Amino acid sequence: MQAQENQQARKSDARDFVLSVEGLTVSFDGFKAVNDLSFYVEEEEIRVIIGPNGAGKTTVLDLICGKTRSTEGSIKFRGKEITKQKEHQIVHGGIGRKFQNPSIYEDLTVYENLEISFPRGRNVFGALFFKRDDEVDAAVRETAETIFLDDQLDSVAGLLSHGQKQWLEIGMLLIQKPELLMLDEPVAGMSVAERKKTAELLNRITKGRAVIVIEHDMQFVEDIAHRVTVMHQGKVLSEGSMERVKNDEKVIEVYLGH
Amino acid sequence: MSFVSFRATFSRHDLVYIGILAALLFAILPLFLDIFRLNLVGKYLTYAFVALGLVLCWGYGGILSLGQGVFFGLGGYAMAMFLKLEASDPESTKIQSTPGIPDFMDWNQITELPWFWEPFYSLPFALLAIIIVPTLFAYIIGVAMFKRRVGGVYFAIITQAIASILTILIIGQQGYTGGVNGITDLRTLLGWDIRTDSAKYILYYLCCFLLLVCLVLAKLITKSKLGRLLVAMRDSEDRVRFSGYDVANFKIFVFCVGAAFAAIGGAMFTLQVGFMSPSFVGIVPSIEMVIFCAVGGRFSIYGAIYGTLVVNWAKTTFSESFPELWLFAMGALFIGVTMSFPRGLAGLYSSYVEPFILNRWKQLKSKQNLKVSAEQARV
Amino acid sequence: MFSDYTSAELVSIFAMQGFAGLILFSVFVLMALGLAIIFGQMGVINMAHGEFMILGAYITYLLSSFFENNLPSLFSIYFFLAMILAFIVTAALGALVEWGMVRHLYRRPLDTLLATWGLSLILQQVYRSVFGAREVGVTLPDWMMGSIPLTDLVEIPFNGVFVMILTFVIAVSVYFLMFKSRFGGQVRAVVQNRPMAGAVGINTQKVDRITFAIGCGIAGIAGSAFTMIGSTGPTSGQLYIVDTFLVVVFGGAASLLGTIASAFTISQAQSTMEFFLSGSMAKVLTLLVVVGILMIRPQGLFALKIRR
Repeated sequence: MQAQENQQARKSDARDFVLSVEGLTVSFDGFKAVNDLSFYVEEEEIRVIIGPNGAGKTTVLDLICGKTRSTEGSIKFRGKEITKQKEHQIVHGGIGRKFQNPSIYEDLTVYENLEISFPRGRNVFGALFFKRDDEVDAAVRETAETIFLDDQLDSVAGLLSHGQKQWLEIGMLLIQKPELLMLDEPVAGMSVAERKKTAELLNRITKGRAVIVIEHDMQFVEDIAHRVTVMHQGKVLSEGSMERVKNDEKVIEVYLGH
Repeated sequence: MSFVSFRATFSRHDLVYIGILAALLFAILPLFLDIFRLNLVGKYLTYAFVALGLVLCWGYGGILSLGQGVFFGLGGYAMAMFLKLEASDPESTKIQSTPGIPDFMDWNQITELPWFWEPFYSLPFALLAIIIVPTLFAYIIGVAMFKRRVGGVYFAIITQAIASILTILIIGQQGYTGGVNGITDLRTLLGWDIRTDSAKYILYYLCCFLLLVCLVLAKLITKSKLGRLLVAMRDSEDRVRFSGYDVANFKIFVFCVGAAFAAIGGAMFTLQVGFMSPSFVGIVPSIEMVIFCAVGGRFSIYGAIYGTLVVNWAKTTFSESFPELWLFAMGALFIGVTMSFPRGLAGLYSSYVEPFILNRWKQLKSKQNLKVSAEQARV
Repeated sequence: MFSDYTSAELVSIFAMQGFAGLILFSVFVLMALGLAIIFGQMGVINMAHGEFMILGAYITYLLSSFFENNLPSLFSIYFFLAMILAFIVTAALGALVEWGMVRHLYRRPLDTLLATWGLSLILQQVYRSVFGAREVGVTLPDWMMGSIPLTDLVEIPFNGVFVMILTFVIAVSVYFLMFKSRFGGQVRAVVQNRPMAGAVGINTQKVDRITFAIGCGIAGIAGSAFTMIGSTGPTSGQLYIVDTFLVVVFGGAASLLGTIASAFTISQAQSTMEFFLSGSMAKVLTLLVVVGILMIRPQGLFALKIRR
C-alpha cells in the first residue's frame, strides 16, 4: 500500500527522475508480456529487477532501449518521451544497454571493440574520416583499466573468457558515458571471484549515473541493490529495499509457492 | 591526404601487393599478350570492379546482392546511349526512314528520339549519369530494404528479382533499349575511333587505372573505422545499433559504393567491347559476378581482382575447347568454393603461401644479420 | 486499357484468364510449398528447386513417350504414374543432395544459395547432355484435353481443374504432415530449438533429410503439372525460380496459407494482365508490385508478430 502511495506522490513531478516508466504495455498477438507497468529510477540509483523466468524483465529493457516497440504507455528519460525514438537516438540521449549473452565483436581486438563504442564519428562520413587521436586512445586505455582488461588490449575479443567478455561489453557501454546503464544478467556464467570483482566494478561505475540490473543471483543482488523491483507476469509485484521485498508475502509465494 | 596518414592506412604489405598488381596489369600483361587477348583481359577487368564492390558489400558488410548486374548494366547502358547517339548522326543513318535516331528505333517504327535519350547527346551528362543513376538506384533500394531491416537471403532474393525485372523490361521495350541484342555498333567517342588497336590499348590502360583507383578507395574504406564497423555489424548487429549507430546507413553506404564501382565497370565494358546488352544485366551474369568474388576470396580486395581474372580466363579457355564441360566446371566451382574454400584464393594464399614467403624472408634476413654481426665481430 | 470492352466482356475475360491461370497457380503453389518447407525448416534457400521441377517434367515426358509407344492401352492413366514416379525420383535426388552438400552448410544460408546455384548449373548441363538442348513437349491423354463450356465466352479446361484438385490434395496432405503428424511435430521441434530437439532423442539429421526430400519431391510433382503449360527444356526451371521465391517471401515464409494466397494473387495478376498487356510487361508489372509491397511489408502478408 505504502509503495503505491509513494508512487502516486512521485508521479506529480516525474521530471526529477532519470527514468519514469508509466502504464507500459506490450502485447505479442494478444499475449501481454509487459502489462501496465510503472516504475521510477532516481539519480545514481542501482535498481535491480528480479522475478521468475518469463516475468518480462528482459522485455522491459528491450522496450526502454527501443528494441521492442510498446503497445501502450510512456517511457520518459529525464522528462523526455522516448517511446517513439529510434534505437540510436535513444543511445545518443544517454542510455546504454548490455545484452544477456555477451555481445561483442569477436573478430575485432579489445582495443577496436572499445574504440568503436567511443561516442564520436557515429554517422557514415564521421566513421569514414575517424581518426585514432590521443583523446580516443586515452579513453580506451582508461576504460580497459576499469574493466580489468588493460593487458589484453591487442587480443582478439573472441578469445576472451566468458567473464571477460561480459566485462568488455560493460566497458563498451562505459566509454559512451551513459547517464542510464542497463545490464541484463551481468554475472551470469561468472566464477565467484569474478562476481565479486563485478560487484565492485558496478559500485564504482555508478558514480554520476543510474543503473538498472536484471539478476537472478540473490547474493549479488543484496551486494549491489539500492532498491529492488520484483516482476511477475508482466507486472510489478513488489518494490522497495531488499529487506522489504524479501519479507513480502506475495514475493515469497511467487518464488516458493506452487 | 597527408603522407603520414597514407602510411598509416597502407602497410608495407599493401604497398607490395598494389605494386605487384600494378606491374602485372600495366607491364607484364601488355608485354606478353597480343591486343586481342589484352582486350579480353580488359573485359575481364571490368567485372573486377563488380567483384571489388562485392567484397565491400558481401565480405565486409555481410549483404549479398545477387543483382549487381543491374548496376553494371545501368553504367554500361548510359555509356552506350551516348556512343550510340554519336554513331547515329543524320549523315550515316540517311537510309533509315527517320534519319538521326538509333537504327533499332527506326526498325521498331519509332520516329522521334524518346525524351530520356535526349540528354545523352552531352558527354558530361553521360559521364555523370554513369555514376549517379546506378548509385541513386542503389540508394533507393538500400533505403527501402535496410531501413526496414531486410537482409540476408531476403535481400538476395529481392535484388535477384530486380535484376530479373530490369532484364525483362529491357528486352520487352526494344524500341527504346535495343531489346535482346542490346545497343550495338558503337564507333566513336567524340570523333575518336574506339575500334582501332591503339584505342584499345588506351582504353585498357584507362580501365586498369580506374580499377586501381577503386582498389585504393576500397582499401581506404576497409581500413577506416567504417570498415571495422562493418565487421562489427557482421558479428553483432544489435550491439552496433545499441552503441548509437544507425546501422542501415552504413549498409546503404557500402551498397551504393558497390553499385558505383559496378557502374564504372559497366561503362568501361561498353567502351572496350563496343556494345552493351541485357545478357550482362540479368540473374545469371549477376550471380556469376558473385562467384568471381568468392573464388578470389570474399574478404580480400586483391583476391577479388585475381579471382575475376582466373575464373574468366578459365571460362574462355574451357568454352573455346569444351563448351559442354564449362557449366559443369562452373557448377563445381560454386559448390567447391562455398563448401571447401569459403575464403577463396586469398584464404589459400594467406594460410599456405604467405607464411612460406615470410619464413624465407626471415631466414634471409637472419642470415644477413649473422653476416653483418660476424663482420662486425671481425672488425 | 479497359475502355475497349463492355463490362460483360470484362467479366468473361477475367473469368477466362482466371481459369487459364489455374495451372500456373498450381505450379506456383507446389513449387512454393516445397521451397517454403525447406526454407522454413532449415533456413536453406534451394536455388536448384527449378531444376528439381524440370526433372519431374522430364520424367513425365519419358513416361508419356514410353506409354505412347509400348502401352497405348494404358496411356490414359500414365499421368498418375508419372506424378508418383516424379515424386519418388526427385525426392531421392533431394535426399542425396542434402546428404552430400546441404547438411554441411547449415547456418550459412547465403552459402547454400550459391552452392545450390552451382548444383542447378550442373543439373542443367546434365539435362542438356541427356535430353538435348531442344525443348520437349508431352502428349496429354484425351480425357484431359477437353473443357466444360460455362458461357459462350468462358470455358473451364479439364486439365486445369484436375491439377487444381491435385494441388489441393497435396496442400492438405502437407498441412496434415506438418501440423498433425508425429513427424510434423518433430520438424517443428527442430525448427524451434535444434539442440534441444536432438537432446530429447529426435534424429535431427534424419528430420532434415526427409524434409528436404519431401520439398524436392513436391517440386517433382510441380514438374508434372508444368508439362501442361509449357514445353520442357534444360533451362525452363530457371525462369520460375525467382517468381517462386517471391511467392514464398510474399506469403510470409512460415505460413502455409500465406504461401497459397500469395501464389494465387501473383499467378492470377499475371494471367489477367497478360490479356491486356504484352506478356513481358505483365510480368514486369506483377514483379514490381510484389517487390514494392515487400518493401513496405518485408515480413510478408501472413507473418505473426513474435516475441523477440
